[in-house]
Amino acid sequence: MLDTVIQQALNALQLGSYYSLIALGYCLVYGVLLLINFAHGDIFMVGAYIAFFAATFLMGQHALIPPASPVAVKLAFAGFFALLPTFAMAWWLGRKRSHGQALNVNYPAVVGGVFVVFSAAVFYFGQSVSIASGTDKLVVFAVTIPLTMVLTSVVGVFIERVAYKPLRLKGANRLYVVITALMMGIILEYGNLSLLGTSRLSFPTLLPRTVFDVLGAKITITKLSGIAVSFLVFALLQWIVTRTKLGMAMRAVSYDKFAVPLMGIPLDAVIIFTFFLGSSMAGLAGMFYAMNFPVLDPFMGALVGWKAFVAAVVGGIGDIRGAFVGGFLLAFLEVTVAATFSSELRDLISFTILLGILTWKPTGLFGKPKTTKI
Amino acid sequence: MKKFLVALLVAAFAFPAAAFGADTIKIGFNIPLTGDIPKVGEMSKNAAEMLKEKINGAGGLDVGGKKYQLEFVYVDNEAKPESAVNAALKLIEGEKVLAMVGPQGSGRAIPAAEVANNNKTVMISGWSTNPKTTLDRPYVFRACFLDDFQGPVAAKFAAEQLKAKKAAVLYAVDQDYCKGISEFFKKDFEKTNGAGSVVAYETFTTKDVDFSAQLTKIIKANPDMLFVPQYYNEVGLIVKQARDLGFKGPILGSDSWGSAELMNLCGDDCKGQYFVTHYAAAGAKGATKEFIDAFTGKFKQVPDDVAALTWDATGMVLAAVQKMGAPSGDLAKDRTALRDAMASMRGYDGITGKMSYDGKTGDPVKCAVIVKITDKGEFSFHESVCP
Repeated sequence: MLDTVIQQALNALQLGSYYSLIALGYCLVYGVLLLINFAHGDIFMVGAYIAFFAATFLMGQHALIPPASPVAVKLAFAGFFALLPTFAMAWWLGRKRSHGQALNVNYPAVVGGVFVVFSAAVFYFGQSVSIASGTDKLVVFAVTIPLTMVLTSVVGVFIERVAYKPLRLKGANRLYVVITALMMGIILEYGNLSLLGTSRLSFPTLLPRTVFDVLGAKITITKLSGIAVSFLVFALLQWIVTRTKLGMAMRAVSYDKFAVPLMGIPLDAVIIFTFFLGSSMAGLAGMFYAMNFPVLDPFMGALVGWKAFVAAVVGGIGDIRGAFVGGFLLAFLEVTVAATFSSELRDLISFTILLGILTWKPTGLFGKPKTTKI
Repeated sequence: MKKFLVALLVAAFAFPAAAFGADTIKIGFNIPLTGDIPKVGEMSKNAAEMLKEKINGAGGLDVGGKKYQLEFVYVDNEAKPESAVNAALKLIEGEKVLAMVGPQGSGRAIPAAEVANNNKTVMISGWSTNPKTTLDRPYVFRACFLDDFQGPVAAKFAAEQLKAKKAAVLYAVDQDYCKGISEFFKKDFEKTNGAGSVVAYETFTTKDVDFSAQLTKIIKANPDMLFVPQYYNEVGLIVKQARDLGFKGPILGSDSWGSAELMNLCGDDCKGQYFVTHYAAAGAKGATKEFIDAFTGKFKQVPDDVAALTWDATGMVLAAVQKMGAPSGDLAKDRTALRDAMASMRGYDGITGKMSYDGKTGDPVKCAVIVKITDKGEFSFHESVCP
């Protein structure tokens, strides 16, 4: 009996870790801009596809680099492909500052620096251990993470620039921005469908498939890493928002978008940073999700995105703890219902309970009415 | 100017009707080109195109001494029941086809069959195994065996060859096909192994990707084998998650596993497993081998059972057209004549076996094949079970 309970708890934990990771992205953008970024679920899907192409590319399946080439060569390629769009984006963003705000963040230096340091670390690690096939896959795994995060956030920031910023400059009502986000999501889904075709992709196995035994319950490294990553990201976001200057600026923008530029805070930079952060979380979630559920399809982000959004609302949208707890709450409800009743009742019962929570606390578990969010 | 535009519009609408001349035979295909199981649509279309090229290349279909060119229309049903109904209406009323092939899966075939039957148009599904598809619908036919045959075959194989005393089932509760075959499996397995021998009977809904809660319950019940009558895109996820949760027993599949994409998505985890299906590509002989070779040469992939069954289903319609004689041009009359020709079809020699209709139902009596997935990922013939 105990082993079943532990097993179901682990199942809920790993499902919740994906809901939470995606919910954090919703929460971040909502917290700063009061915008529900409905395209976030599809950015998550794009992240999963980017992770797929990054991983298979590094494993030499796209014939650009032979599979047997040394790790250094692969890293050089990876670095090139990660830095190219990043620099292009940074150049584009730095091209002209039409609204008189000094952009204090040097994007090429920050992102490039992070990536170079990371690659160097992986390179050193990769050199010090023997490059057997198993370790080689670990290197691929380690490089795929930053690659996916950087490339996905480039997509996220691009969407913000193309779709949301023009509306914001025209002072459009928030409703129009939400509708635009919905359309962006559909464009991403069907863009993927027409670009890559209808065939499903199978995500490669990157981590060893050892099954651990925890008091009779079974868990794999992939699932454990997913759970660990969600906790790490939560801690990191909490730290960024509450302890750093940029986090303070984000909270300030959330408080008053119109007064903040008068204080010398670069509004544009804060918004870009928010989208950068939110989309990289979606990319990370996409990668770990695809590692655990290795069948990719263009519409995979829709349902998961909706559920994560509901989780974020129940947690108290705009509050990082709320999004995190909400994701796990939803997963625990779903698994408990599926394990005790049957799966047809899963969504019915779990969402009824969530509805009850919202009736009791309309601003969500951690939400406070009419105060600053995030 | 206005009159000119109206004339142009009339001409534009009249043109397709004019194109439907007496010298072409138009057949519609209601298949999933997008959606959850796009490979099924792709393979159906490939097989149909190959057949069309073969016949049109030889000058056309010979009906009563006159050659008719074939015209095939493909409509995407997105693997959704409501789209399948729309696609059927579009083909029957809009495109004015003589007969409709597909939809392939039972979830789409059952509602589309209702439309075809109400409109008195011949429909033949290649891959729909649920009994409801053809039940009390004289205009609806199929080219495959039924789930009330397939389910017991799977249950018998599980008990006799997999030596299973206790079985578990995991299926999608919102799919007619999966639900139907699971019920037949359960009934027959419990008949041989005693009541309660299906120790876990778990469900999920389409679009789910996390099955760990259900699989944990299944593993807790300690079955000897797991029966998964699911489409190939879900099989990879279910089999992998079952292994990750520590399930070591055999996993048995149904004919929905037989897609060319199964091994791509399931990989090493599916090797060594068995499934019930319509034909085995590895080690085929005669006309079946000719078909496989031609198909592999043309499309660079081994045809799966959907491709083979579409080939046979379309072939049967064309044979019935030859039998009914030259089309009169009156669509309603021709469709009824085609229906009578189909119903009187006896001993049609298809590549998936000999097919006959008994005149009362649209169900052929056919043998099932049990396929083992080899270590190389090929679908190899294990045994044949005939009714």
